[in-house]
Amino acid sequence: MRTTATPSQLQTEEANLVKRVCDGDREAFYELVRPYERLIYATAISVVKNPADAEEAAQEAVLKAFSNLAGFRGESKFSTWLVQITYNEAKMKVRKTHSHLYESIDDQSENEEGDFWPKDYADWRPIPSDLLEQKEIREAVHNAINSLSAVYREVLILRDVQCLTIKEATAILGISAANVKTRLHRARLLLRDKLAPGIDGCWIKGQPYRKVRPW
Amino acid sequence: MVNKEGRMATIEISCVEVWREISNYLDEEISPEMRERMEAHFKACAHCTAVLDGTRNVVGLVGDGRVFQMPDGFSKRLYKKLQKLP
Repeated sequence: MRTTATPSQLQTEEANLVKRVCDGDREAFYELVRPYERLIYATAISVVKNPADAEEAAQEAVLKAFSNLAGFRGESKFSTWLVQITYNEAKMKVRKTHSHLYESIDDQSENEEGDFWPKDYADWRPIPSDLLEQKEIREAVHNAINSLSAVYREVLILRDVQCLTIKEATAILGISAANVKTRLHRARLLLRDKLAPGIDGCWIKGQPYRKVRPW
Repeated sequence: MVNKEGRMATIEISCVEVWREISNYLDEEISPEMRERMEAHFKACAHCTAVLDGTRNVVGLVGDGRVFQMPDGFSKRLYKKLQKLP
């Protein structure tokens, strides 16, 4: 992310880069895309789940963005436009491989109609973010996210990983703001349940609670 | 709601109502009145506070850049693909 520029500076800077690309400067396109590499990768992986497919979908999206750049009118942020293309590209990939057939089966508390009942863990203990230095903790979080069904995973990644606004998420997912909020809510509570010891199967099986979280 | 003395009174809410709004609470997508009611509830309810803390913890973890790391060489391969374009 270009954190030093204000939103309007960023927009002007990006508009200049777009113009340069349209005038034939390919390097300018790379400059345009580079700050959003992680964003597009995370978008792709929210849909396809596996890193190799996510990379492929992200690459295809970037190539598509390049050939369609003349069609970018600057009505949305460049990043939103790029994420939208990536999201569609990744969706297409899933359709091609039929991997949606293997989506995890939602547990009963995922019924979107009713209220969600968070499980009661009397001694639920926070996972300090420092522990993300450890590969197995990163994998546990990753696996828990992957085990969410697509509708929850996608909204969670757009909002909580990529920090997009509700408005941006509605534009990308093509659902209402109320739906974004409901799904995000469900996703977060489900993830909390999944990250509780022993529930998600990601933590070392058969280990007593204290051994799983010795802090 | 305004009571007889003309002051705002905090209306008690149930755990279920609190859970429904926990995510919106974290995103500050609720009215000041609802925030006040929820905060009063958290003070008295250990279970809902645990749900709130756990959810906040999870949101923090997911948002940490270390969870979604790009594969090694991602940028390089992307750049190469772009250069190969006709």
